Amino acid sequence: MMRDVAIIGIGITKFGELWDKSFRNLIAEAGSKALFDSGISGSELDALYVGSMSTGRFVGQEHVGALVADWSGFAHMHIPAMRVESACASGGLAVRQGYFSVASGMNDIVVVGGVEKMTDVVGDEATDTLATGLDQEWEAFFGATFPGLYAMIATRHMHDYGTTREQLAKVAVKNHANGALNPYAQFKRAIPLEKILCSPMTAYPLGMLDCSPVSDGAAAVVLCAADKAKDYTDKPVKIIGTGQASDTLSLHGRDNICTFESTVYAGKNAYEQAKLTPEDIDVAEVHDCFTIAEILAIEDLGFVKKGEGGKAIDKKITTLDGKIPINPSGGLKAKGHPVGATGVAQIAEIVMQLRGEAGERQVKDAKIGLTHNVGAVGASCVVHILEAI
Amino acid sequence: MADGAVPRFWREIPQRYNLIGNQCGSCMEIYFPPRESCPYCRRKSMGKMKELKLKGHGEVLTYTIIYTAPEHFEGQTPYPIAIIKLDEGPKITAQIVDCEIDDVKIGMRVQSTFRKIQEDGYIGAIYYGYKFKPVEVK
Ligand SMILES: [Zn+2]
Repeated sequence: MMRDVAIIGIGITKFGELWDKSFRNLIAEAGSKALFDSGISGSELDALYVGSMSTGRFVGQEHVGALVADWSGFAHMHIPAMRVESACASGGLAVRQGYFSVASGMNDIVVVGGVEKMTDVVGDEATDTLATGLDQEWEAFFGATFPGLYAMIATRHMHDYGTTREQLAKVAVKNHANGALNPYAQFKRAIPLEKILCSPMTAYPLGMLDCSPVSDGAAAVVLCAADKAKDYTDKPVKIIGTGQASDTLSLHGRDNICTFESTVYAGKNAYEQAKLTPEDIDVAEVHDCFTIAEILAIEDLGFVKKGEGGKAIDKKITTLDGKIPINPSGGLKAKGHPVGATGVAQIAEIVMQLRGEAGERQVKDAKIGLTHNVGAVGASCVVHILEAI
Repeated sequence: MADGAVPRFWREIPQRYNLIGNQCGSCMEIYFPPRESCPYCRRKSMGKMKELKLKGHGEVLTYTIIYTAPEHFEGQTPYPIAIIKLDEGPKITAQIVDCEIDDVKIGMRVQSTFRKIQEDGYIGAIYYGYKFKPVEVK
């Protein structure tokens, strides 16, 4: 039988274009902040996990598990370390692997980090690297781009459900308003609706300000067997559900373009394990790599009915004081999206929310939170449900 | 996409030039690109996957207009690209050509046409394959 797992420490770097910080600086900073927050000593650590999408192309470095162990100061202790990859869901998947290792009883305490250093490459290299998460032979070869595929989802969603460009833009308005309250965010400023609607087209119907940015950053969490968590912290947060699912690599391989079945199944597995329904969730961090992605996510996670995601934005259900606050951190859109860091940073944000330490962006009385991390255009998805104990 | 002369780009030519898919001999489902086995029939489909040329007629399920493109496509922007449901069943991603970008609509009938897909200015390689154009109304 699996045992319960709690989060006893979190660490996050500032997200943004961090010219003066290297890949290894970033992950070492997040990791040491998480260790400090947890109060554990390094000798208690059993293993390290790190999520990153494409270190080989972004910084020309593979063998990232060993690198992170070394630069976090654990090489001389010979602590095992591994890297986890699932495109933009690498971070969430790394947390899930760390969870399994503690839940199984093999490890008692592990650190899970996530990191991406995306601004060391020039020109098209960052977007070309992100596009390696698509089907290279049957999508990208023919001229499909990352924003282009999400744009195709948006076109069909608008056609089938009457979703509007204004509703898409309002997702960005909300997330920038939240990001303005987040000291770690890449864009700490509100952006008016008009400006988002007028931004240059990237892929119709998505403008440049419907897209998340290229970012550097890292995040880390310390996982511990739940029965030992109170030895380290007064405010442990338990992982009460975890789910993961796959789908066709290409968007065109699916029967329904307006839903991510990977989200539906990952969510279902996490809800079942937690014995909860979407109504029980107080706050969620979802994968808004594009504005349409947040609309899809709140539908596929069951917060609103299929097709009503756009209207939910109009009704302000998802704002900080709404019925189900979505992306209090500012989301990928405003907080930034260093891809491998994102899934871990989502967990860190929900832990801050459940501890009541989220400052100006605190969601009132948040007890149960959810994270939702998507790989590329929905070919993979990881969902976690957390509860304050 | 560097090094155009590598097998990676020759291998896919039958499919990209001639829309060659395959069909499961067990459940008759048609696949494009061709698959090793049928995901639904699995071992029952082993040795029963038969090559099949698709007619190249279909309908636009959804589309976008690409304004920001990778380097090898920059000369083509803005260009429409769509997910097309072929009449035989498979769905594919391809550019729509021979019409104004504003004329691309969900539900429009299209047919395949052989075109230049992208060019690598650095090594001078040009890649060909299918695009789709509106079906002419009789
Ligand atoms: Zn079959």
